[in-house]
Amino acid sequence: MNALILSTVSGVIMMFSSFLLKNKASVRTLAHVLLLAVIVVNFLELKNVSLFHIDTKDMLVFDRFALLFSLIANVSTLAFFLLSSTDMERVGVNYSDYFALIFFVLSGVIIAVSFKSLLMLFLGIEILSIPLYILTGSDKRNLKSNEASLKYFLMGSFSTGLMLMGIALVYGATGTFQTGVPHLFAAGKVPVLMIAGMMLLLFAISFKVSAAPFHFWTPDVYDGAPTVFTSFMATVVKAAGFIAFMRLFNDAFGDIQPQWKLLVGIIAAVTLFIGNLTAVFQQSVKRMLAYSSISQAGFMMLAIYSLNSDAREGLILYGAAYCIATIGIFGMLAKMNDYTFEGFNGFAKQQPVIAATMVVFLLSLAGIPLTAGFLSKFYMLRATINAGNLWLALFAVLMAAVSVYYYFRLIQAMYFKDGNAGVVVTLTPGFKYTMIALAAITVILGIFPNLLISWLYF
Amino acid sequence: MIVLLLFLVPLIGGLLSFFLKNDKTVRVWSLLVSLVALFLSIASNTFIKSADQLNFSAPWMGNLGSSFSLSLDGLSQILTLLTAIAYPIILIATWRTEYKKPNNFFALMLLTQAGLMGVFLATDALLFYFFWELALIPVYFLCSGWGHERRIPVTFKFFIYTFTASVVMLVTILYLYFQTADHSFAIKSFYALKLSPGTQSWLFWLMFVAFAVKMPVFPFHTWQPDTYEQSPTAATMVLSGIMVKMGLYGLIRWVWPIFPSAVHAWGDVTMSMAVIGIIYASIIAIQQDDLKRLIAYSSIAHMGLMVMAVFSENTTAMNGVMMQMFNHGINIIGLWIVVELIERQFGTRKLSELGGIAQKAPGLTALLVVVALANVALPLTNGFVGEFLMFNGIWNSLSDYRIIFTVFAIIAIILSAVYTLNMIQKIFYGNTNAVTANAHDAFGNEKLILAFLVIVIVVLGVYPQPLLNLGSSFVDGLLKDVNVANLIVK
Repeated sequence: MNALILSTVSGVIMMFSSFLLKNKASVRTLAHVLLLAVIVVNFLELKNVSLFHIDTKDMLVFDRFALLFSLIANVSTLAFFLLSSTDMERVGVNYSDYFALIFFVLSGVIIAVSFKSLLMLFLGIEILSIPLYILTGSDKRNLKSNEASLKYFLMGSFSTGLMLMGIALVYGATGTFQTGVPHLFAAGKVPVLMIAGMMLLLFAISFKVSAAPFHFWTPDVYDGAPTVFTSFMATVVKAAGFIAFMRLFNDAFGDIQPQWKLLVGIIAAVTLFIGNLTAVFQQSVKRMLAYSSISQAGFMMLAIYSLNSDAREGLILYGAAYCIATIGIFGMLAKMNDYTFEGFNGFAKQQPVIAATMVVFLLSLAGIPLTAGFLSKFYMLRATINAGNLWLALFAVLMAAVSVYYYFRLIQAMYFKDGNAGVVVTLTPGFKYTMIALAAITVILGIFPNLLISWLYF
Repeated sequence: MIVLLLFLVPLIGGLLSFFLKNDKTVRVWSLLVSLVALFLSIASNTFIKSADQLNFSAPWMGNLGSSFSLSLDGLSQILTLLTAIAYPIILIATWRTEYKKPNNFFALMLLTQAGLMGVFLATDALLFYFFWELALIPVYFLCSGWGHERRIPVTFKFFIYTFTASVVMLVTILYLYFQTADHSFAIKSFYALKLSPGTQSWLFWLMFVAFAVKMPVFPFHTWQPDTYEQSPTAATMVLSGIMVKMGLYGLIRWVWPIFPSAVHAWGDVTMSMAVIGIIYASIIAIQQDDLKRLIAYSSIAHMGLMVMAVFSENTTAMNGVMMQMFNHGINIIGLWIVVELIERQFGTRKLSELGGIAQKAPGLTALLVVVALANVALPLTNGFVGEFLMFNGIWNSLSDYRIIFTVFAIIAIILSAVYTLNMIQKIFYGNTNAVTANAHDAFGNEKLILAFLVIVIVVLGVYPQPLLNLGSSFVDGLLKDVNVANLIVK
């Protein structure tokens, strides 16, 4: 609760900060300080220290799962600020507004991952979506950015409509917005109203997390949006979507699993297939990452499919691993001259240290052992096999093997091909150290996942 | 404790190598590290043999049911010894080869060694998988970074092949994990599994493919000749001398005892695959003009024979495999050293462009001929002991087609004599030509290493008992378990 209030207030402060702070560096510092404060408050809440208490009438519940993920989202955002906040200057003139919008997204994230009432789910998803529509279009003079924004907005509003309809139907069937209330259906007789509502909600959230076949907006929007903001929306927001997804299906539809299990399994398989196979053919690293985000979403869908304790732990780890690795790669990409694979040719010769950290991130995304990415995939597979579906797990690992192809293309370009990869701005020592720290976290979590997961319980 | 050091020494040595700048320093350092590893390996075979030294276990990812457990038994001892001996040999033999960024090259070499040691020592399935990949990643970078002109697509193919197979293995391991009574990845729990023959069958194939790609067994071999050809020779030595043994090791350690009835049921199929591979690879080897490809195909043939022996399910054959795993490693590294010397001196590996080197380099010739004869498994060389035991075992196997298998395997021996002798004749005899006119003999360090290999070859050919003793206790234990299981199935 405290983190939610503070991040909303921070958003408002950032909005008005441009009246007082004319200097971009001071705007940036203010944003960093505010975010740090949010992180500290969030951490204290996780340790059961609350600054103030507000009765949410049971509409929001801040359990460890929600708080831990909020913390991961906030820390990832801090990493994103450290790597990319200077690049936001090149997007447009409204520098402080971008920070404000990001803080509003964070508020939406916190609501969406801690909802206990379907109304709050709706509010959370909307609060995190609307600032994203604006951020996508923030490069005002770029047609691609405008197109992406409009597309995102239209498709997004459509899915919002579906979600609202779904919530209404579920309300009709159960008479309450609360989730986690045991349903009193006679065995095997789930009302059609309930199933229809559940389906609509499934489709709407699948859209938000870009699971196939609701993924069509993703490549265009991620490609069209300014790269710095793609970094944010492809990571924190997507992972938050999955946490909300899991909460919804665990709390609201956990007792009617036979009704949706097969469908979710199919969505997971199709997402894996389309994401990976299409990513193979991309020439631009940015588009490749957009499709890779779809394929990673396919893996995260496995957690929704299995819904056991492995899945809960795994999704937290997956969120962290995926956010760190992708933010790191986007952080570098935003500074490159040329976004194609060839643009990275010879990169390792010029920036050996950063290239090495990029390798760690790519290995993590590909799921190679000793990285957090491997363990998070491992948890997903474990959850799936535990839920009794070996074939889905086998399909998933074969798709993971496909993903090696496109992630390693980037490694090949950086290390084994000659060329002169150009960067737009000089890389500061701060950037370098942040990259090293993120790579170190990736490796440490890959060996001792309990450092993160134990926070779910203690 | 000493088992932990066997893995840690190359790992830490390798990581430190990244930070050494001078070419000479990093060479000396990596040689030193590999010698320490060799010393540890010899020590673990001779004077440090208490159980608490040979076993190590520490909690690791506790709630996942995996622990960091390493252990040295007969099988592990043979293979860690091979790894430990091979490294100093490789480093000394390639002492004069120039590398760009030598610190990275030697660091990756040592990291590979750490991965290999880990694979041969791990007694926890998840840990085994970790090491399996840890050995693969540095080799990928070695081959892609320092190989020849077609290296990038070729090593990529190699990587995708092995990675795909190994993730399938991971799923199989996970499935087995959920079948164990105590939900643990420990090898003991896996061995205690009693799976139905039907389940065993398909799990066996999922697991077998991972190892078959690595060895490689026909038809999973297509990555191998290209990769051997395009890699820097030092990496090729590691790949063909030690890394292919990972596949055999996996078969013996992680497939046989867990799926005994499937091994029995599918023995004929896998043996047929192996025998096709042997004949096919031998015939192709005869056609080759490129030295590296010739040896690559000969390696497929030799590995195929070992796979046949593993599936013939008896003590003699298994003892032969134990011997041959070590000997094949020694012999093939010897052959690669000669290839390296020839390529460095003449800039070509084509048989058709070489000739008459014997007149200029008698020392090299004499040494190579012994290594080559060992490769053909002539009596009094180490190759003979292992192959003889394996043929004997295949002949006595339970398979209905054992006679056909043995006959074809023996034909392969004749074929191997054809291509090996042909190779010697074309490189060393005949008249010198423009390329080889100014040939000089091998340098002192190279002769020293080859002479050492020749001594090993002859000593083990005449007196193989020490090596046999290492393997036989392990084989007896293994076969006892598996035969019991066979009886239950029947």
